[in-house]
Amino acid sequence: MSQPQTRLDSVGEIDRAFRGVELIDVDKTFGHASGERAVVRGCSFRIEPGRFTVMIGPSGAGKSTLIRLIAGFDFPSAGEIRAGGKLVRGPGKDRQVMFQETALFPWMTTSGNVRYGPKARGEFGPAARRLADALTTRMGLDRFRNMYPAQLSGGMQRRAELARAMMNEPSVMILDEPFRGLDSMTKRLMLEYYANYSEESERTNFFVTTDVDEAIFLADCVLVMTHIPTHVRAVVEVDLPRPRSLAALVDDERASELKAELLAMLHEEAATAFAAGGKETADFVEAYRRHHWSPKLAKADRP
Amino acid sequence: MVNLAVARAAEPRARPPSTIAILRLARPQRRALVSYFAALLVWQLGSTSGRWLGFELPLLGRVPAPSDVLLAWSHLILDPGYWQSWIASWKRVAVGFSAAVLTGVPLGLIMALNRPIWDVVFPVFELLRPIPPLAWVPVAIIFWPTQELSIDAVIFIGAFYTLVLNAVSGARSVDPRLIEVARSMGASKRNILTRLVLPGVLPSVLVGMEVSIGITWEVVVAAEMISGGGSSRAASSGGGLGFFIWNSYVGGSYPQIIVGMISIGIAGYLSSAALRAVAARLSRWNAPHGGRT
Repeated sequence: MSQPQTRLDSVGEIDRAFRGVELIDVDKTFGHASGERAVVRGCSFRIEPGRFTVMIGPSGAGKSTLIRLIAGFDFPSAGEIRAGGKLVRGPGKDRQVMFQETALFPWMTTSGNVRYGPKARGEFGPAARRLADALTTRMGLDRFRNMYPAQLSGGMQRRAELARAMMNEPSVMILDEPFRGLDSMTKRLMLEYYANYSEESERTNFFVTTDVDEAIFLADCVLVMTHIPTHVRAVVEVDLPRPRSLAALVDDERASELKAELLAMLHEEAATAFAAGGKETADFVEAYRRHHWSPKLAKADRP
Repeated sequence: MVNLAVARAAEPRARPPSTIAILRLARPQRRALVSYFAALLVWQLGSTSGRWLGFELPLLGRVPAPSDVLLAWSHLILDPGYWQSWIASWKRVAVGFSAAVLTGVPLGLIMALNRPIWDVVFPVFELLRPIPPLAWVPVAIIFWPTQELSIDAVIFIGAFYTLVLNAVSGARSVDPRLIEVARSMGASKRNILTRLVLPGVLPSVLVGMEVSIGITWEVVVAAEMISGGGSSRAASSGGGLGFFIWNSYVGGSYPQIIVGMISIGIAGYLSSAALRAVAARLSRWNAPHGGRT
């Protein structure tokens, strides 16, 4: 177990051999005529390979912006993002994102969705077929292969999306509050499912949430983010033994300690954000809507 | 046997099969029959009101009665000229509509996906759009070498704008995240276009087609009336259904006017129904139960 402090310090110099994801002094500002809005400022951290990293922070802090930068859908205003030692210049199959709401292709069946990646790249052979079958079974979707997303339950949709992402054998799975919007039972089920799966696969995970319990349950290490413009406030190692269970964590002393520690920091950040005033938030929402979240739709808004 | 199954499915509790054929139909079909029958009844009573009421009801009292219309129709059914009118109108709708689909849908997609093209094309488009198809008739007659092409061109105008606008809104309704997902999986632009954009656009293009084919029928009639019914000017020959109506009016055979009107209603209904059937097949994924009916 490396110490958080050493890890933060070592971020300063560029490590080309680092196989995980590395952010070095990243800034992101959204600007238009009426002014600029810094969403990310001086943000540096590492997503260690093979580990489960959870990013937690107040809502509206710019966590989704960071995800879009790492995924390559958008580019930093300053600083550098490296994945697998290479500069991020756009989206890549090494970094698969699972969005907050379902982004399954509605006109493809479950199996069509799962197979999309390799098929689109013209790489769908016997190996990919076997992987698709294995993932479909692993996600409990065998009976739903030929159904369209609209016919699946919320939990099934999320699992189908996971399978679709896994098909591309990403080196990092990026999950942006993936189980938000599911009912609490389904959410618990999906969390345990995903924790289970990631323990088996030893994949690198980068998971964003606003939920402290979720963070403690999943994480090897938690990045606590500041309010906007965001950067890492603290790195907390979650040294709880695995496998974990949500039920057992409720009574766990160490888990309660961690939870108190995380909540204290989050509360402070949220309070500062609130004190900064609603007007700024409104500007941000506006800038975000116009320039960031869905540029295509934003274009369509204009007459 | 099939009807029986449908009736059972539609009813909350199973009833013994009726001996009367109409009662064996499913509920919506029964209602449709009732609606046709009621309309005919009102029409028949209204148009004969002079005889049984002592005075003519406004509007309806002057219309030929359904019985007269049916009589006129029964003569026409054996008349090849009547059927040639059908064929002539269908041909024009088919040509004008197909041309509008083949040009309007791609134009809509290009306009939606390419901002500079949108900026250049849209102002002119918006200026031309309010001009009614009928206003194009004189220009069409002057511009196109044959009368047939002039009529096709007017029909084209009728369908074109609706198709373009529906393609635009379809392309804009495609969730940009789907494209991002595909890009992150290494999909080519071509693959994104054929597998994501086009299927995403399809439902609203199909709606646009359904609406605009209705407009083509509205336009075909007027275009035929004004253009004088094509090269063959003989009564009820190759002039099309629109010309057939005009010709019946000029010739004073009023029941035939109604026959022509109802014929166009039927033709429009059939073409929309055919498109709806195609649409239901193509966008099964969009149906509430995924088309697993």
